[in-house]
Amino acid sequence: MINHLIVSPLLLPLLMGTIIILNANQPVARQRILGLSSCLAVLVMTGILLFQSAEGPIQTYVLGDWPTPFGIVMVLDRLSAMMLFITALLALLCLAYAARGTDRQGKNFHALFQFQLLGINGAFLTGDIFNLFVFFEIMLLSSYGLVLHGGGGLRTRAGMHYVMLNLVGSSIFLVGVGILYGLLGTLNMADLAVRMALAPAENAALLQAAGLILFAVFALKAALLPLCFWLPDAYGFTSAPVAALFAVMTKVGVYVILRVYCLVFSEFAGIGASLLSAWLLPAALITLTAGAAGVAGSRDLRRITAYLVIVSVGTLLAVIGTFQREAIAAAIVYLPHTTFMTAAMFLVADLIHRQRPDAGSGMVPDRPVGQPTLLGLLFLTAAVAIGGLPPLSGFFAKVMMLMTVKDSAGAPWIWGLVLGGGLLTLMALGRAGSVIFWKLLPADDTRNGRGTAHDPVPVYALADVFPAVFLLGISPLLVLFGGVITEFAFAAADHVINPVHYIEAVLGPDRSLPLLYPSGGE
Amino acid sequence: MEWLVSACFGVMIACGVYLVLRARTFPVILGLTLMGYAVNLFLFLTGRLHTNLPDIISPDQTRYADPLPQALVLTAIVIGFAMIAFLVVLSLRALGELDTDHVDGQQEKPPA
Repeated sequence: MINHLIVSPLLLPLLMGTIIILNANQPVARQRILGLSSCLAVLVMTGILLFQSAEGPIQTYVLGDWPTPFGIVMVLDRLSAMMLFITALLALLCLAYAARGTDRQGKNFHALFQFQLLGINGAFLTGDIFNLFVFFEIMLLSSYGLVLHGGGGLRTRAGMHYVMLNLVGSSIFLVGVGILYGLLGTLNMADLAVRMALAPAENAALLQAAGLILFAVFALKAALLPLCFWLPDAYGFTSAPVAALFAVMTKVGVYVILRVYCLVFSEFAGIGASLLSAWLLPAALITLTAGAAGVAGSRDLRRITAYLVIVSVGTLLAVIGTFQREAIAAAIVYLPHTTFMTAAMFLVADLIHRQRPDAGSGMVPDRPVGQPTLLGLLFLTAAVAIGGLPPLSGFFAKVMMLMTVKDSAGAPWIWGLVLGGGLLTLMALGRAGSVIFWKLLPADDTRNGRGTAHDPVPVYALADVFPAVFLLGISPLLVLFGGVITEFAFAAADHVINPVHYIEAVLGPDRSLPLLYPSGGE
Repeated sequence: MEWLVSACFGVMIACGVYLVLRARTFPVILGLTLMGYAVNLFLFLTGRLHTNLPDIISPDQTRYADPLPQALVLTAIVIGFAMIAFLVVLSLRALGELDTDHVDGQQEKPPA
């Protein structure tokens, strides 16, 4: 029985994006309704998929009903279902925020937003490595448009670096895929895993090279250290709802690293076995350190948040880098928390930015914001959640991660850097908060002004702050339903860490035998 | 034959990397294009170098040309073309907004 719902998170944004393009010259209200209803529908569908995946086995959707591994196959396991749901929820809230004015700053925002969703959802669902390339490109091409939305010199400059780096990344991706296909003769990821286990030793060097070339590309998407310098500019200068949505884009890189290196280069993979275990942990820890240094050194709340994205990627990949089931489960618990909270911080920073016409979100004294209680509370909640203080979800997720890695070889490093990074984050956010909310100039002071008459600052209605409030409200929910989420995360980690489930779901029973009995015996 | 093709691939990638590392948008675009060509050639080669092989599978043929790399190359060409076109437009816009074709958007210092 084919579950057609699996393909709906791809088809619906594609269809709606096209319809919105046809309405490009219509009033923006119509585009908003179309975009928001599409996001809402995708949220409902991915919610249903999440429940199905929590109870059932890994589901596949074979496009065109070509026998695997010849056709393209979509695979829905617990991890991908969770990522789809996170993306859908985040996208709905970001679009609701953008519908309060950001979408008027340029054309075609809503269409690009839908195509962005198509690309992200596709990357989570696909079970074919070339198809993954195609969805990456869809995701990137729409993100180029969204990064540049609204225009301006800084955005153009940051966008230029972002586009060029990713074009080079795409070329390198194709080289890696080409080597894999040339030696193994397949592109289906499950089939790649089987054939990798059977590959002769003479191809070991080339196959390992291909695996590491692909890692370089995924590290660029996830913003691991030597490849993360595009991120602070691109995320710091773009419009707030776009930056908030992009909080999930780096997680695409994390997801793909987890998927490919636990499947194709898993511990059963013969000559490619455990390819990444020597690389991922050190790279992630250095990234974490660099991100924390960036957080401490930034003078602008938006840039701090952009560096927080790097810190969150470093933390996730350091824990995943131990390649243990419990640690991966803990990372899966931390992932929704960190995605939603960094996104919320981008929105809060923008709310602050718009009520301080002179200093913006920069850390220099300015006249008080228009609604100090509201913005102060939002900022405090976001800072507590991101810094990992009780009672919000960051604390519990971090404790779980640290406890699960305590027996691994790199434990002292992980503990020291994660806790040290958390401390730097707290100090930087505390300093930002005290400058923005307490170090005030008198309300009639004009020294910092670009003139004597100031533009009146906007006063926020409920609809303006609702997306940020909702995002922050997810944090206590993650704590309240912590038991269910942890159970789900362990079940998801079971499917991720053991490639047998995935291979048998895609290729059929007994096809994973070469992994378990590499010598061809019983 | 293999040597010639691999040398072509290597030279194209080397030229592409050299051009990408220039600090002006036009050489960078040319470099990315060149790298794109090289990668397409590489993908095509993953089907191995053959001559005179049939492209239709039939029971009395023992070997045939691998159709999949050709499909992959076609996809990669289309995507690469779209990306380069976008980059050209973006560079023109950056030239308009930043008044320079330097990739970092900095004005060149006037010669002393």
